[in-house]
Amino acid sequence: MSMREMLALATGLALGLSVADAADAPRFGQPITPADLAPWDISIAPDGAGLPPGSGTSAQGAKVYAERGCALCHGEKGSGGPSGPLVGGGPLNSTDRDPVKLIGNYWPYATTIFDYTRRAMPWQQPKTLTDDEVYALTAYILALNKIIGENDVINAETLPKVKMPNRDGFISKYPDKH
Amino acid sequence: MSIRKRRKDGSASPPLDPVAANGLLDRRALLGRGIVIAGAVTTGASTALTSAAAEPLTNGPWSLAPGVPIPPYGQPSKFEQKVVRTLSNPKLEPRGSAARTPHHLLNGTITPNGLHFVIARGGETEIDPDKHRLAIHGLVKQPMVYTLDALHRYPMVSRIWFVECGGNSAPLYSKEPIQANVQALHGLCSCAEWTGVMLTTLLEEVGVDPKAKWFIAEGADLPTMNRSIPLAKAMDDAMIALYQNGERLNPANGYPMRLLLPGYEGNMNVKWLRRIKLVESPVMAINETKQYTILRPDGKAWQFFFPQEVKSFITHPSPGLNMKGPGFYEISGISFSGNGRISKVEVSADGGKSWAQAALQAPVLSKAFTRFRIPWNWDGRTAILQSRAMDEAGNVQPTREAFIAERGPPRGTPNVAAFTMEHCNAITSWGINDKGEVSHVYA
Repeated sequence: MSMREMLALATGLALGLSVADAADAPRFGQPITPADLAPWDISIAPDGAGLPPGSGTSAQGAKVYAERGCALCHGEKGSGGPSGPLVGGGPLNSTDRDPVKLIGNYWPYATTIFDYTRRAMPWQQPKTLTDDEVYALTAYILALNKIIGENDVINAETLPKVKMPNRDGFISKYPDKH
Repeated sequence: MSIRKRRKDGSASPPLDPVAANGLLDRRALLGRGIVIAGAVTTGASTALTSAAAEPLTNGPWSLAPGVPIPPYGQPSKFEQKVVRTLSNPKLEPRGSAARTPHHLLNGTITPNGLHFVIARGGETEIDPDKHRLAIHGLVKQPMVYTLDALHRYPMVSRIWFVECGGNSAPLYSKEPIQANVQALHGLCSCAEWTGVMLTTLLEEVGVDPKAKWFIAEGADLPTMNRSIPLAKAMDDAMIALYQNGERLNPANGYPMRLLLPGYEGNMNVKWLRRIKLVESPVMAINETKQYTILRPDGKAWQFFFPQEVKSFITHPSPGLNMKGPGFYEISGISFSGNGRISKVEVSADGGKSWAQAALQAPVLSKAFTRFRIPWNWDGRTAILQSRAMDEAGNVQPTREAFIAERGPPRGTPNVAAFTMEHCNAITSWGINDKGEVSHVYA
């Protein structure tokens, strides 16, 4: 390659670079509408934002619990199994035994029960429960823990209003406090 | 004293007299110095440092015939089959799985991809990379979806970072010292070179709404595992990693893409990443309420405890790697901090009464494993080895006593695989008896 060709190439490279510099940052994402994104947008905030339509009661939840084999991992009426119990839980400041963190004594938000059940349960077939079934299972678990009444209806309006016993039991470490 | 020193340049060598009790030597004493240790250390015990004469040399069969064809993807030697992760759930029962890194069988600072620790809720997720998508939405100007091919068109960076499970070292929070090796006690941390696209690059493209203060990261695995992360971390150093030690991510570590939040609790480094949603406040997912919250003695719990704090542990020697008679050994181990670089590691051979500074192996990188080493002349008597790390932010690894004073006394002696405490970074003690056996002790 002659010196002239090299210079021409170098100039071309410089021009190419300057064009790239002038352009916007690289953009290779594809825009998507909220409707097309909805099947993945399953987040549920503690204030209830994101909760879908539907509802359920404890009695309906007991039926789903039996039909979907929840007891295989969580025991009859959530009493415990390979994946741990859904009811019970002693005091959190016990000095003689390690406290077990359970829904009734530890979980701060009832919305988390709905959210986790909908996204992850049952373990072998996650995301196959209908929203009504998830509301019903949430009601069943809350009633087993005596956090709601036997006949209470759980839906997008009532669920965020359920006050969990340990709602005020957490202190944020972020931003770090010293 | 029959240790002879010899330096090629004739300059003075650091003294080989111990710099701390029980035989710890100056960290520079044996580094590239043509040292000869001969004869015996006069300790009363039989301490010959030279072995019996070697047998005559012969050709092994591997020198007398061709080997085998070079495999397309090389595996470790068949003689290294014991160098594997331990599995908490080998039959994939309906619960989480933990795979622990065998630190006692490795050296250096980079964890091989097949030995990187794993915590997974639904097994190893198998994702078709062509069908995988990453969505970024929520409080943004334009929600976007990215294919893996699209991500490959952005500028990439490579960084060496450790990842540590929030529950690593949990067995040390126990009334009695649990007899287990370094893999069982500290195997839920690893270090790799990660290559990918900085999250800020994509956030610039979607446009961040000033109302956004957090983002939710969510995986494509069984529970679509999700965590809330401060947006400040995204702006600081978060990466969408596509490569691990030069090759595509290992499936158990998030193939085809994962989030890397250097220094932050492992669980937040969401694997199999498929969605990022910018929000005003945390979503209160199961893994930031029930899990990964730290119960205090008063019954309240710390939440959003993000950085993995300064830690070190000795890998050589350690339980299972017993001493082979008195004499010279190199003590070595791993140190790291989620708050920056390691500034100093000290080692004690007398249970923390006296300390000697260890050598830090370069490069000493922020939020990466730093290997420390120190020469030791073991006299054959009982000793208690400890290491204590400090980071550039001024944090010092706490003693077990100080750690328990803050977290409250352990109530029982749990199963070695249980997670009764999170973010355990207290000093680990290895007891060495006069037979050279190494065990886990409290000192």
